[in-house]
Amino acid sequence: MSAEFPTVTQHTSEVEVGQSLWQDAWHRLRQNKMAVAGAIFVLLLALASFLAPLIAPHSYEQTNLAIGATPPSLAHWFGTDVLGRDLFSRTLYGGRISLSVGLVATAVSVIIGVLYGSISGYVGGRLDVVMMRIVDILYSLPFVIFVILLMVIFGRNIYLLFGAIGAVEWLDMARIVRGQVMSLKKQEYVEAAVALGLRKRRIILRHMIPNVLGIVIIYSTLIVPSVMLLEAFLSFLGFGVQPPMSSWGTLINDGAKSMESYPWLLIFPSLFFALTLFSLNFLGDGLRYALDVRTSKD
Amino acid sequence: MPLLEVTNLRTSFHTRHGIVRAVNDVSFALEKGDTLGIVGESGSGKSVTCYSLMRLIPQPPGKIEGGSAMFDGIDLLKASPQQLNKIRGKRISMIFQDPMTSLNPYLRISDQLIEPLLIHEKISRAAALARGIAALEDVGVPDAARRIRSYPHEFSGGMRQRVMIAMALITKPELLIADEPTTALDVTVQAQILDLVKKMQQELGMAVIWITHDLGVVAGFCRRVQVMYAGRIVERAATDELFARTAHPYTRALQKSIPALQPKGAALYTIPGMPPDLSRPIEGCPFVPRCEFAQEQCTQPVALKDIAPGHATACLRVQKGEIAL
Repeated sequence: MSAEFPTVTQHTSEVEVGQSLWQDAWHRLRQNKMAVAGAIFVLLLALASFLAPLIAPHSYEQTNLAIGATPPSLAHWFGTDVLGRDLFSRTLYGGRISLSVGLVATAVSVIIGVLYGSISGYVGGRLDVVMMRIVDILYSLPFVIFVILLMVIFGRNIYLLFGAIGAVEWLDMARIVRGQVMSLKKQEYVEAAVALGLRKRRIILRHMIPNVLGIVIIYSTLIVPSVMLLEAFLSFLGFGVQPPMSSWGTLINDGAKSMESYPWLLIFPSLFFALTLFSLNFLGDGLRYALDVRTSKD
Repeated sequence: MPLLEVTNLRTSFHTRHGIVRAVNDVSFALEKGDTLGIVGESGSGKSVTCYSLMRLIPQPPGKIEGGSAMFDGIDLLKASPQQLNKIRGKRISMIFQDPMTSLNPYLRISDQLIEPLLIHEKISRAAALARGIAALEDVGVPDAARRIRSYPHEFSGGMRQRVMIAMALITKPELLIADEPTTALDVTVQAQILDLVKKMQQELGMAVIWITHDLGVVAGFCRRVQVMYAGRIVERAATDELFARTAHPYTRALQKSIPALQPKGAALYTIPGMPPDLSRPIEGCPFVPRCEFAQEQCTQPVALKDIAPGHATACLRVQKGEIAL
């Protein structure tokens, strides 16, 4: 450095350099007790569900009519169903299905939605019109009929359920991302990126998507519960998981049938389901606050 | 052969209120290593001229209606996107007005700084990073090796503009287009940035187009100046010549509104009236409604014409020798 261009002396040596907006958001999220509690609860539940074969005290499919419909006891914490299956084990296994439907279908919808929306929004023009009209058409398909059709064509299949739900849920995501990208692409740094000779693909991947990720994450925490509700709804209708496998949806369905005589069959699965949705909503709320640009510095 | 030769560039915006002719028949040339200032008030078409060259005009509503811009045998206005991407950021770079919004807030400085190297030169990330650090040192960012890992919000405005300059120059371009890069900065930082670009220009031997509304900046930096008004060039000359023998009433009015050139205590001169509405066709000189020398004949079409070697004006009365300014 020559003397004629004085560099600005800065006392930054003690300050950690390279604090990203993500790290800022993470810091703010940790301050939010409800969000942290929600996250911990969901994580514990996910862990318990996926380790179900190790944790579950009984088999989820072994029937034993001799102990049918016993109330909660030390041997069967949540009681047993009419066929004598341990409800605690079934709830854990059910969580496996419900949570993985929630995660996988959300992931499918996020990936499709973000790519579709950012391409449509960034390229714009005629492509945008065509892509958005396709979304409109898909929106107008009645969901239940769509799923029934799929079931009829491909047979009952849990993966199909994931796919079907994901294929429907991405529409909202695509619209949200498109809107964000359309306002982002007028930012000067995008202009600067174009002036640097970056191609469209690189601009979308490097400059658009990281900037919409905050909103995508927030919205995803809202999709997970709605996907789990959809799964419960489909299972309730008999299109989802088939016995002896269980999901929270089917457990609640079974419980609802006999809630007057054996209320625990409804209470425990519903409690888990409701608590999960609750936690996810708190987490989503915390994330929205943490990632909101207006509350961040700069 | 000049490095860049722009001929009859016309750019307009098709809006609901009609066609706005933002750039109207602009021609100029730039030699290798030369410095050209483009001066004019807001809406004079100086930025649109340069954005047209880089094809950064949003289309629609913008449209490059005609003309050519030859850069090393390639017409920038007709080049394919692939050709353009090879030139942008590699042979022609640009720095922008507002350093606060020209950097992506989610990416580290390092990632953005070396991006042009990664896409234009086939070098490894490590080598690119080393050059990135050297480039930051060149533009006077202290502690560059550590600071390169920062995010934009951890830099001040002046520092960010230095980063933008480092980014623009990292590929050693032949032409740098600077779109009012000092406007958003305070005066002391302005001077540092000006000196910095001057130093980098000498080191790299690149040509510079400096867009500004500040005649003072031009005087200290540019070898040649062209003054734009209402989408046209109204006067072009070597910088000294422009100040010594001003040949257009608009240039004269601009000079009179520089506070530093006025006697102390005198009321600051302002140009009366407003710039013309560019969505209406303008016959003759666009400055007529605001010009103290305007006559009947000024409403006739007028072209930019040399009145001395290298000194051209679009004022009919000066061309005819009727007035001296």
